[in-house]
Amino acid sequence: MKHFLQYTYRYCIAIILFLSAFQAANAQTESDALMIPKNYFCAAGIYTHNSWDQYWEGTLKRENLNMGTVSSNVYAVGGNYGLSNRINLLAMLPFVKSNASAGTLRGEDGLQDINLAVKWMAVREQLGSGLLSFHAILSGVIPVRKYQADFQPLAIGMQTKSIALRGLLNYQVGRLFVAGGGQYIRKDNITIDRDAYYTTEMHYTNQVAMPNATNFLLSAGFRSLKFNAEATLTRYTSLSGFDITRNNMPFPSNKMNATAAGAIFKYMFQNIQGLEFTAGGNYVVAGRNVGQNLSAFGGVYYVFAVKKEKSN
Amino acid sequence: MRTRILYISILTAATIFTGACKKDITERNETFPALSPANIDLNADTWSPILTASSTFTVATPDAITAPNYIADLNEIKSYQKNLTDDQRAIIKYWSAGSVLRWNEILRELVAKHNLPPYQNDDGSYPFPSAANPLAYPLFPFSNPPYAARAYAYVSAAQYDALVQAWKFKKQFNRAAPYKNDVNVQALVPKSDLPSYPSEDAVVAGVTSKMMELLFPGDLDYIRQKVAEEKLYRIMAGANTRSDIDAGENLGRQVADVFLARARGDKAGAAIGTQADWTNFETVAKAAGNTPWISLETPHRPPMLPLFTKVTPFLFSTTTVAAIRPPAPYKEGSPEYEKDLKEVMAMSQDKSREHERVVAFWADGVGTATPPGHWNTIAAEEFVKHNYSEVRWARNLALLNMAEMDAAIVCWDAKYYYFNPRPTQMIAGIKTLTGIPNFPSYTSGHSNFSGAAATVLGYLVPERANDFMVMAQEAAKSRLWGAIHYRNDCEVGLTTGIKVGEYAVARAKADGAN
Repeated sequence: MKHFLQYTYRYCIAIILFLSAFQAANAQTESDALMIPKNYFCAAGIYTHNSWDQYWEGTLKRENLNMGTVSSNVYAVGGNYGLSNRINLLAMLPFVKSNASAGTLRGEDGLQDINLAVKWMAVREQLGSGLLSFHAILSGVIPVRKYQADFQPLAIGMQTKSIALRGLLNYQVGRLFVAGGGQYIRKDNITIDRDAYYTTEMHYTNQVAMPNATNFLLSAGFRSLKFNAEATLTRYTSLSGFDITRNNMPFPSNKMNATAAGAIFKYMFQNIQGLEFTAGGNYVVAGRNVGQNLSAFGGVYYVFAVKKEKSN
Repeated sequence: MRTRILYISILTAATIFTGACKKDITERNETFPALSPANIDLNADTWSPILTASSTFTVATPDAITAPNYIADLNEIKSYQKNLTDDQRAIIKYWSAGSVLRWNEILRELVAKHNLPPYQNDDGSYPFPSAANPLAYPLFPFSNPPYAARAYAYVSAAQYDALVQAWKFKKQFNRAAPYKNDVNVQALVPKSDLPSYPSEDAVVAGVTSKMMELLFPGDLDYIRQKVAEEKLYRIMAGANTRSDIDAGENLGRQVADVFLARARGDKAGAAIGTQADWTNFETVAKAAGNTPWISLETPHRPPMLPLFTKVTPFLFSTTTVAAIRPPAPYKEGSPEYEKDLKEVMAMSQDKSREHERVVAFWADGVGTATPPGHWNTIAAEEFVKHNYSEVRWARNLALLNMAEMDAAIVCWDAKYYYFNPRPTQMIAGIKTLTGIPNFPSYTSGHSNFSGAAATVLGYLVPERANDFMVMAQEAAKSRLWGAIHYRNDCEVGLTTGIKVGEYAVARAKADGAN
């Protein structure tokens, strides 16, 4: 048992941006069952590369010779602080740069949205031969500047404030674990630079109602003191929104759905206390109004004690 | 204690969760008040119509207000008014803002819906929409800016003529509104002294829906639903009887026939041109020692409506089109040209957020109501403040939209006469902040449309003339800031647009409405 606690405590939390140029599943953070202990801080720097050359226009999969390959580079810095052994506070801020390989449209770049989360390990109990935990995660996204959202698919973000609640169930037996999570994301209206726009009807306003969304996650893998390897399946679903019409430009309030398969690897150095590497990727296997994005990420974490915990 | 903290935290989290995000949006056009004309323009029967000065139309002599048919009509109103549902009240609120206004919005909506360039065939060619088969892909029409300008012009001009004709019959028959003839009929819209036979709303609905059979033949179901809603609204509101409505709709359709006859013969149907035409533009440009324009789309798309210049204008004769054609653009390699090209490159690299905002605000590209539609929005939201009568609304929009259509003709004339390339074609490194339209560069369409619109609106609402011209200048600049036009395209386009607008102003001064 004591041995197991080391696993859950010593890994720094994964803060992974799975961010396609269509922003289908933006800022999928705090999605694992790992915690860091009280008064520890984990600093993270993560680089992600996204790219796609096929996308779904509604349900029709197509290419666009006037865009070519749409890609983005995301450089994110973040941190995780152990407020207690059961409550972690997380933050992350990405800088995004987008590009299209064909056509004339200019890519965008800049700081995007700050992601904040509170992660609470509500349950941790022995169940059978394994350990069951349940986490509740409240998170929010706030754009840090007025970048242009209505420039899809090259916009660096959606400019929407959002708030999300996730429940995450994790079961670990020995070094093997399986986890499942469900998230509901509520999004704020955004303001665009136009004074009118057409969705499936005309709107005489610069306000756009953004679809709320759900995000489901399944993951399973191996966790040891040195090494973590897991396979993930995520499914992001817009609860409203409309399809891109034939040969039209995408719009921020399109109905964007994506199912992605991915893998995450973490390696913790034994001789340098607190240093971890992470790498992985995601591939969109099915979607609607999103690019068939392939993302690959790599990051460095460093965990250290902020102050000595009082001994009881 | 711990439990209490936990409960408080959960409650706080729940409050943040549900309260943090705004979800309600009130659109600007939902708040328009009921139309209550400051002046009913009773003498509009003497205003000069556009096409129908020598036409004669038939409207049946109405029944006397004591006749059983009329009394039955009044009873129909009363039976509606007895139990109006919320939906019916919403219909009244919507339409009471004005018939010309709402149909202008509907038209802008249809333009936006249809403003989508067709996707290519497998062999790299492009299919063309077919009016005979409007619901097959590619949907008819592709309501690109010239198509849209023409649609706005025909609908607005036809509405204006139909209302001038309606005013003649209104005065001739002089039948008051139902709420004046029966104390038990409530007026759910502002009362008016305007005679109600034939109904002006039904005239507008009749003429517009009939024009739509030509312009948006795939959307007749939607149009007819709107017509039915509007007719019902006038009856429910106690403003017209069914016989006022029937007479109005019928008159509107008669007037539409005159405009449809013109539209079918105005050469817009041939504006798409042929491969021989497209090749000829290249040959001519090369012979003059210029680089010919090529489509920057992949695969190359045929140019947009290259023969639109041959379409018959509303405000002047076809010879005027060539007469006001701007001088040739700067020659490639000249110092002026190089300076302009460098400036576009600099704009392409400028990351100013204000540039992005202005470019996006005026982009009016794919899936929008186009630049003429944007100016209709600006005009409509201005006119709402002035409590115009329906006939003056129609006249003002007719002046605006005839100028927009003629600006399209004049602009397309310059574009294909000079057939010159976009900056992006000349320097590969130029990246744009908006899509590049699929036609030659000189002169900027946005600048022509905006110069013409600002000139007309500045005449109609003189106290805002300067504001409109500042907006037009911003619209013109947005194309340079977006790195899709040379400065010269924008400045010359604006000047040419203003010239076109002045023809509309001359017409306005002489049409008897002042």
